[in-house]
Amino acid sequence: MTATALIPTMTAAFLGAFVEVVEAFTIVLAVAITRGWRPALIGSGAALALLVVLVLIFGPLFSLIPLKALQFVIGALLILFGMRWLRKAILRASGYLPLHDEAAAFARETDALARQASERRADLLAGLAAFKAVLLEGVEVVFIVIAVGTAHGLTLYAGIGALAAVIVVLAIGAALHRPLSRVPENALKFAVGLMLTSFGVFWTGEGLGAHWPGADLSLLGILAVFAVFSFAAVARLKRTPGVTG
Amino acid sequence: MKVLRAVLGEVLGLFVDDGRLALLTALLIGGVSLLVKVLALPGLWGGALLLIGCLAILASSLAQARPRR
Repeated sequence: MTATALIPTMTAAFLGAFVEVVEAFTIVLAVAITRGWRPALIGSGAALALLVVLVLIFGPLFSLIPLKALQFVIGALLILFGMRWLRKAILRASGYLPLHDEAAAFARETDALARQASERRADLLAGLAAFKAVLLEGVEVVFIVIAVGTAHGLTLYAGIGALAAVIVVLAIGAALHRPLSRVPENALKFAVGLMLTSFGVFWTGEGLGAHWPGADLSLLGILAVFAVFSFAAVARLKRTPGVTG
Repeated sequence: MKVLRAVLGEVLGLFVDDGRLALLTALLIGGVSLLVKVLALPGLWGGALLLIGCLAILASSLAQARPRR
């Protein structure tokens, strides 16, 4: 294990999980404030339990796949996943797409829950909202941890990175007791998109038998290429007439 | 059932947002794999092609985007 593999792995897992947990926290907090902590915690707990079961079922299957094939498959999925994030982050940074707004998401969810308040199943619906939010964002966190960790046998460290993100978000959220709307989500997504796409190209290449010059250090070179391209793309798109910024 | 459908949709959505971007990326990965495995292109060249191809696809996708008004 080298620092050039470990640091990007833990950083990508931490940042990726951070963004997803912030989004899940917004919905769970909306449920808790509107309907109480009971449905929020039951819904979140059930989703976390389901995620654990999924990891326990599918996790061991990865050890059955030969390393080169695993690197290729995970790398290809990471390219698809990372390019999607990177494209969206570039478009948001250049004003082509609106930035994600946690305060607005919180208001929308609170409003929807308030409209259901008179229904007999209001608590169940609120619990389901928390369940869905934690499960959907959790699936992304699990994918990021497995994807950035598995190909180099660093899943444990990727998991520690993600767990640290969960703890940090929950600690800040518990202290503030409101959505974390001041988190620079797009900047984080930009960084994660860059890292995941770079990991993807690196591992797909390794899966195809590439011996990258400088071994793991090449990852930083690929990251630099994507970063320069992306910042240039943002600068160019910002110059386009009609961008509202 | 709704939740299950939402989860499956979300899992697919992890990889596919802009359909053209996803399709071109999948074709690039498939094409480079063929070049390396069938035509014996050196792996490092395959990796370099992958990097250049990803940048080209991203550039093409961004060029097609329209600013919000």
